[in-house]
Amino acid sequence: MSGAADEAAAIGGPVRTARVEAAEAAAGQRKLWIIVLRVLVGVGFLALWHHASGNWIDTMLISSPEAVGLRLWRWLIDGTLWNHLSITLYATAWGFGIGCIVGFSLGLLFGRYTLIAEVFDPYITAIYSIPKIALAPLFIIWFGIGIESKVAVSAAIVFFVIFLNTYSGVREVNPIYVHVTRIMGGGEADVLRHVIVPSAASWVITGLKVSVPYALVGTVIGEFMSSNRGIGFLINQATGLFNTTSVYAGIIVLAFVGAVINAALKHIEAYVLRWRG
Amino acid sequence: MTASIAISGVRKSYVARGREVLALDRVDLDIAPGEFVAFVGPSGCGKSTLMNMIAGILPIEEGSILHDGQRVNGINRAVGYMTQQDAVLPWRTVEQNVALPLRFHGVNGAARTKRVAEMLDAVGLTGFGRSFPAELSGGMRKRVALAQLLAYEPRTLLMDEPFGALDAQLKLLMQEQLLRIWQAKRQTVVFVTHDLAEAITVAQRVVVFTGRPGQIKQIETVTLPAERDVFKVRFLPEFEAAYTRLWDALAPEIRRGEAA
Ligand SMILES: Nc1ncnc2c1ncn2[C@@H]1O[C@H](COP(=O)(O)OP(=O)(O)O)[C@@H](O)[C@H]1O
Ligand SMILES: [Mg+2]
Repeated sequence: MSGAADEAAAIGGPVRTARVEAAEAAAGQRKLWIIVLRVLVGVGFLALWHHASGNWIDTMLISSPEAVGLRLWRWLIDGTLWNHLSITLYATAWGFGIGCIVGFSLGLLFGRYTLIAEVFDPYITAIYSIPKIALAPLFIIWFGIGIESKVAVSAAIVFFVIFLNTYSGVREVNPIYVHVTRIMGGGEADVLRHVIVPSAASWVITGLKVSVPYALVGTVIGEFMSSNRGIGFLINQATGLFNTTSVYAGIIVLAFVGAVINAALKHIEAYVLRWRG
Repeated sequence: MTASIAISGVRKSYVARGREVLALDRVDLDIAPGEFVAFVGPSGCGKSTLMNMIAGILPIEEGSILHDGQRVNGINRAVGYMTQQDAVLPWRTVEQNVALPLRFHGVNGAARTKRVAEMLDAVGLTGFGRSFPAELSGGMRKRVALAQLLAYEPRTLLMDEPFGALDAQLKLLMQEQLLRIWQAKRQTVVFVTHDLAEAITVAQRVVVFTGRPGQIKQIETVTLPAERDVFKVRFLPEFEAAYTRLWDALAPEIRRGEAA
């Protein structure tokens, strides 16, 4: 069909031309520049911190980059870092996983059955308004000072974010897609798999991105309150001893972990939502 | 012979914002198996509403619709429906979209891949299988929907303004393609269009609806042979005569809509 072929050529089709390559080269160049500038900003910050420490501000308050670096290095060598980080990550992962699964399932259920959603709505709003951190002491009473209470805190936080996002996502699904899929012969499971879940995915992923840092926060707060292991414990203990170097080292570890997880989620998002053209 | 689609005494009103709007009133129509029927009427006269009722998306509260002898009550899986609104899944590639109904009907593996390729070729979208709908033009998305509809060979096709978004030449090509497939398979086809010439070109019978509330005003039997050349029929005297009669029926309804 020549008409169709012309239209195909007109919108570009799958053809690589010199212009495509030039556009890609320009984009690559820009990316490189951004990386260079980012490194410069980082180095500049460290230099400023180094200079300020002892000269402008008491070392006691802001420690110094070299002391913090050395502390991190020592933690890494003697196993302290992994000993504490592993438990924090472990609790975060469990809390995140449980919160996600329960939140996602209930979000789907409520999204599909409007009556349930309308009946429970005021209660959910009420529970949602509670700062979840306020539940931490309760969880410690229920689950003890072990890892279970930290898992519970982060699961509670993650649950709400994922639940509400999944719910909104499911409510937003255009009914025409559901109808047409069913007319074509799709069953309930097909509708869920091919329509509801992918359509809600952008909301769910936004929820995931917001909730990963929350999960980490939940765990660390649990560790602040009572624990004998974990990065939160490490920071809390160091604070008690006015050991600012260790406090900064702990904070940097948390920042690093958060950044790595976020970068991973960004990649997942780009893949899952690649259809957005 | 029982009708493929038997519509009797169908009436439909919408309740919205505290007002009742009567969309369709006392519609009776029998469509024979293998017949190609076109619906024309001013916009807002309830054509899509009627299609949605045949497809079982909208509940039938007054009157009844039988499809192949079965009362339509809930989603009608025995029809293929190309809706007026874009319904191609944006998160699936063109290929995956076309494959979807085949998958639901248990066509797997190489047979499915082959069928998808054939259908994409038939609508002129070869090479776009891996694209997502957002990367295509509106007309191309309509062709994806057409390929999907024809891929799994439902016995009855409901098509709501399927070629409305296409330019004139492409429209003719798609009409030709559709007629060729219909001549080979003889599905029952209900085809909504706002283009009278298109209705006469493709259909055996053209049903004219009044403005809202939609009622059947006139039914024109097109005397052109089923085997026809879409590029040439418009120059035949029968075509002109049918066009004039249909336009005389339709024009006052459109004017009435404009005045309201
Ligand atoms: N969901 C709805 N709620 C309220 N009114 C509707 C709804 N859908 C359609 N209508 C009204 O019903 C009438 C018929 O609509 P429709 O079937 O889409 O007409 P057509 O397809 O012939 O243009 C229109 O006046 C429209 O405004
Ligand atoms: Mg319509």
